[in-house]
Amino acid sequence: MISLAGITKYFHRGSINEVLALEDVSLNVRTGDFITIIGSNGAGKSTLLNCLAGSYPVDEGSISIDGEDVTSWPEHRRAGDISRVFQNPLLGTCASLTIEQNLALAARRGKPHGFGLGVKNRDRDLFQEKLRHLGLELEDRLKDKVGLLSGGQRQALTMLMASMVRPKVLLLDEHTAALDPKTAHQILDLTTLVVSEERLTTLMVTHNMKQALQLGNRLIMMHRSRIILDVEGDQKTKLTVEDLIEQFYTARGEEFSQDRMLLV
Amino acid sequence: MTWYAFFGALEQGFAYGLMVLGVYLTFRILDFPDLTVDGSLPLGAAVSAVAITAGVHPYLSLLLALGAGFLAGMVTGILNTKFRILHLLASILTMIALYSINIRIMGRPNMTLLGKRTILDPFYAMDMSPSVAAPILFGIVSVLSVIFLMWFLHTEFGLAILATGDNKQMITSQGVNTHRVIIFGVGLSNGLVALSGAMICQNQGAADVNMGVGTIVAGLASVIIGETVFGSRSINRAIIAALLGSIVYRLAIALALGLKMGRFSFTPSDLNLITAILVVAALTLPQVRARFRLK
Repeated sequence: MISLAGITKYFHRGSINEVLALEDVSLNVRTGDFITIIGSNGAGKSTLLNCLAGSYPVDEGSISIDGEDVTSWPEHRRAGDISRVFQNPLLGTCASLTIEQNLALAARRGKPHGFGLGVKNRDRDLFQEKLRHLGLELEDRLKDKVGLLSGGQRQALTMLMASMVRPKVLLLDEHTAALDPKTAHQILDLTTLVVSEERLTTLMVTHNMKQALQLGNRLIMMHRSRIILDVEGDQKTKLTVEDLIEQFYTARGEEFSQDRMLLV
Repeated sequence: MTWYAFFGALEQGFAYGLMVLGVYLTFRILDFPDLTVDGSLPLGAAVSAVAITAGVHPYLSLLLALGAGFLAGMVTGILNTKFRILHLLASILTMIALYSINIRIMGRPNMTLLGKRTILDPFYAMDMSPSVAAPILFGIVSVLSVIFLMWFLHTEFGLAILATGDNKQMITSQGVNTHRVIIFGVGLSNGLVALSGAMICQNQGAADVNMGVGTIVAGLASVIIGETVFGSRSINRAIIAALLGSIVYRLAIALALGLKMGRFSFTPSDLNLITAILVVAALTLPQVRARFRLK
């Protein structure tokens, strides 16, 4: 179980550019949860994932994974528990390394790097089998540099790498947003496949409300650095895009009325 | 070019070859422009000279030089990662500091090894002349270093180093502490450079605090020449190209020094200018070529 308790995160704290990105956000993620996260630009969705992954230190609150307090752990130390796929398809892989070298690094995620051979012969069979699974005909291109692949192929490879070693939580940050519609669809199918096959605990940020409703067992809406909606199970299944839009405007409307009250 | 000049260039190419491998490691692999080398080359020379004078075996003095260079590189790495100083500035700071440290180590700005034992003694004992012994010994050490680097960069840790130079976000989210990798990588690079300095000092029979001036430029020139002439498609090929680039660079310099145009000829003090022009030309040539192709 992953728990975020009272997370507050500022950017440029103390300067005139100060931004409150997360305000007292608490969230309990149960093992096996597949949570989709929606919200407008600047709502704090990506910041939430980055705080959980350790890319940003938090200003207040604590984060624990399976009962262990990881708030002070640096990003590379949390990587043993967390795998990620980024919005930018170039960010998840190394262009100058070969496909097999990238996979070998992913196969050692969270483990020490010693002086054994980086890519071992016995790994290659496993890599080929996993790549065949992708259906992108990459299985015979183990020694090709990843820089030669398209954005979609690289994102598929990143998805594969994210599940090479079973993570305690998988973080997907708008990982199909930078792809063309057809490729985005393929990556989404692959995501559903990987997540359901391995029963991975997953947090997925998306801008697509339909996607957010279709996938996962739980949905979170964020607005202005806070979580304003958290539904799951039957309640989520019944939700429609219209409901979400209404919820969103209700939340905004409340703010307006509160502002008005302040002025009166 | 005479045979004497050719062997001289070969000897220099191999002796400085280790330095070039070090520069390749930081500049190309880690994407870390490291000027520490201008200080760690004389550091290696100074440590080796002082150790030999104090009665340490010449080969053991090489190891001491390597260790000293490694530490110097680690300082640059720590300044960059832990203290968040820009890599270029961090390396300049270490380089400047090493100037003072090198004089402290020797107790004076330069030191001769006249009449002292050197790493070349076993070869002289086999009745070899210095102009043959030096290229052979330095050639062996260079080739061994190339083999070591080829192996090292294909280990698990080596892959982590390659990835750190390519995509820090990716390798961090695979669980690698990039700070540690950078500190180690820059350390290893400067260890090689100091080793190079120690061999050069024993070969020329003296260590001088100013012998490192222009090392980085010569190193870059060699790396770039190597890539241009011999290619860099795979890591192994790029490593070999760096060493061969060092030899081609020294040959080119030997040729330039032997050149006479009427009453004009180059002097050794022109070398820095020639090298700088060479590096600028090599760096801009691909852009110029691309522009002409477009038009």
